[in-house]
Amino acid sequence: MTSTTEQTQRGGINVARLLMSFGPLMFLALLIVVFTVLKPSFIDPINIFNIMRQISITGLIALGMTFVILTAGIDLSVGSLLAFCGMVAAVVAKGGTANTLSLSTSGTQGFGWFAALLAAVVVGAMAGGVQGFAITRLKVPPFVVTLGGLTVFRGLTLTISNGGPISGFDASMRWFGTGLIGPVPVPAIIFAAAAILCHIVLRYTRYGRAVYAVGGNAEAARLSGLRVDRILISVYVIVGFFAGLAAFVLSARLNSSEAVAGIGYELTVISAVVIGGTSLFGGIGSVGGTVVGAALIGVLQNGLQFNNVSSYTQSIVIGLILILAVAFDRWLKSRVRR
Amino acid sequence: MSPAEAAAPSPSPALLAVEGVTKRFAGVTALSDVSLEVRPGEILGLLGENGAGKSTLLKILSGVMPPSSGRIVFDGVEFNPHNPQDAKRLGIVTIYQELSLIPTLTVAENIFIGRAPLGPLGLVSWRKMEEDSRAIIARVGLDLDPTTPVSALSVAEQQLVEIARALSLKSRLIIMDEPTSALTETEVQKLMSIMGRLRKDGVAIMFVTHRLEEASAICDRMTVLRDGRLAGHLDRDGGPIKLPKIIEKMVGRAASELYARPTLRDVAGDVRLSVRGLRTVRDPQAPHAIVLEGVDLDLKAGEILGVAGLVGSGRTELARAIFGADRIAAGTITLDGKTIAPETPADAIALGIGLVPEDRKHQAIFAALGILTNFSIAALGRYSNAAGFMAERREREALASYRKTLSIRMASPEQPIEGLSGGNQQKVILARWLARDPKVLIVDEPTRGVDVGAKAEVHQILVQLAARGIAIMMISSELPEVLAVSDRIVTMRRGRITGEMPGIEATEEKLMELMALDQTQEATQ
Repeated sequence: MTSTTEQTQRGGINVARLLMSFGPLMFLALLIVVFTVLKPSFIDPINIFNIMRQISITGLIALGMTFVILTAGIDLSVGSLLAFCGMVAAVVAKGGTANTLSLSTSGTQGFGWFAALLAAVVVGAMAGGVQGFAITRLKVPPFVVTLGGLTVFRGLTLTISNGGPISGFDASMRWFGTGLIGPVPVPAIIFAAAAILCHIVLRYTRYGRAVYAVGGNAEAARLSGLRVDRILISVYVIVGFFAGLAAFVLSARLNSSEAVAGIGYELTVISAVVIGGTSLFGGIGSVGGTVVGAALIGVLQNGLQFNNVSSYTQSIVIGLILILAVAFDRWLKSRVRR
Repeated sequence: MSPAEAAAPSPSPALLAVEGVTKRFAGVTALSDVSLEVRPGEILGLLGENGAGKSTLLKILSGVMPPSSGRIVFDGVEFNPHNPQDAKRLGIVTIYQELSLIPTLTVAENIFIGRAPLGPLGLVSWRKMEEDSRAIIARVGLDLDPTTPVSALSVAEQQLVEIARALSLKSRLIIMDEPTSALTETEVQKLMSIMGRLRKDGVAIMFVTHRLEEASAICDRMTVLRDGRLAGHLDRDGGPIKLPKIIEKMVGRAASELYARPTLRDVAGDVRLSVRGLRTVRDPQAPHAIVLEGVDLDLKAGEILGVAGLVGSGRTELARAIFGADRIAAGTITLDGKTIAPETPADAIALGIGLVPEDRKHQAIFAALGILTNFSIAALGRYSNAAGFMAERREREALASYRKTLSIRMASPEQPIEGLSGGNQQKVILARWLARDPKVLIVDEPTRGVDVGAKAEVHQILVQLAARGIAIMMISSELPEVLAVSDRIVTMRRGRITGEMPGIEATEEKLMELMALDQTQEATQ
């Protein structure tokens, strides 16, 4: 990789290619080094696992968002959908909207964590399906449909919960948010497993090929015999599913489903995907990139916090990094093309 | 509009002189020591296969990028534009294939974009803008309301608006990049006559084209590029420059190898595809689109049926209707004796029909994706297992074998397809359909944007496929191509079949008569 030696054309192009696929990863490594130098305790396993737990929620949604953006779509509703699914999970887990922390021990009317999880992901997937249907059949652009969804799901959440949180789950459910397997937080394991699964689907399956093709050129995909509408609907189902899964993990971690959960998550999620090198125009990108993008944001947030940088400044830095990452990507690509 | 006329009388030597221009990209030499001249009041043809360096030269001349070395002199002054605006201001306007008009704005707004005439209060004077626009477009023979939005114009009209805009900018050199590729025969004639008129006015025109017949008809001189180098200059010597001479310069070998008529093959196959009374619906969104007015057609196994027709004859619409890409209003389609009614391309493909569409960039290739994905996308089912996982080894082996049999020149299966030449892209698209073993293959303009050399290869491939029993319907607006490969030819005009003859009996004149008779009559009205 450190090919400072050759000045041949081939070498030059390869270095650029390498940078292109590993650019965000190298940036991540650089950040970790910088933060460690500033404060060596940054690299402590405790902190690293902390970061992993932090990124797992938005990271899960970002995995689904990768599918959507690969088709040149967008989903702005994920933050609200997360809150909605979380509320649904809470209602199922507790068998009602009663907000009592103490009830958890004698929670007889509840349906247990599995039913809660199932409800969250099914509701998420169905909500995604409805949005996908509106996009493909009613021909409303994804931006508009999911912007509408953003408001609708938040409203639904507030309606069920009457504006307040539903808190107090049993220990078996809380484990999914706070538990450890060995030293590793359970949310991080869920995220890693989901990332591997998504990577396999996109990279090695027929369906994955079709997703890239639809994003690369929808008309050519149709004329090549792909059922473009079905594929488009499916990616919104996937992102909805992941919003539901993330909602379950978040509720389990906080021991509470908040009506105001997930506000602004859509932006963090889209940032992670884009920083990871997935093109908003579709057809280009990878799950690996998204994982790196999510980690980059997580490390940045945590590292800045670790160094007592205010959360106001954090937003500024993250916003600038997003723009720089995309500018860098553009610049590299223009070099390779020439 | 006198400046152009004022400049014309003095017979100046060269308006534009390109002297030893070289352009290198990251070690690749795209243009090497190229020199040429354009004089006022002449039409210079710039010819060459894809990859010969034409686009690089155009980009340099239009200020998109600077040359690595060499000198350009325009009107006696060294010409060093920093960007396209610079080049325009200095008097060189380039009109690209993809037109640069803004479709939602009116004709007048487009002409005066960025320099709208202002009234007393510093506000846009719409009346003056309209009046001036009317005069400007009249110069290119356009008679339409300048307040029409550009999106309502035909491609040919839009092109004329661009030329008019260039003239209003007092351009002295107009570079036209493939201006005729999207025009009908009548429109081409009109454009040619306007080019002739501009020449008389002393405007210099550089005409970049693939269409040798047109170049030969109108160019005073030609400069031919090959592999980034100057292959030679040709002069009109009494009569038009002869095609074989041009082709020889372009490909570096004699033209007799190209467009060789095949020997008459014995096509005794059964009727594969049969179309009766096919009609399509008029789309209220696109009232000018062509509809089929009752098409009858038979296609036999193992034959190549040439469908000749001008743009707007309904040939592409016929292909799309059979392929399930457009809705059918009436009529029947039978495949091997069974009535079929494909509602989507996916249905048609499942039945064994393939389509190589006309517009490769927008309808066929996935530009940024690798060759492997581009190849297998229509046959994902064949290269994957029951669980939905790709059988990548089988997929790669298949691509490797097509790469050999179709001689596809590529670096690796992962290479983005946009990096290939037009001819190699088209071969990948052909391989995409071959991977499905289609019963019927419809190819629409199979050699559009394909080098002269690779055209012959594509023709060869089509002949071989037919020999394997595939029924091929080849749509083309290039008559030499239709004549070269078709066993049987039908002509189309305005959504109807107007004639049929065996390939061996057809001539360009006979076909042209059947294709265009109606249109020429209209044009003279």
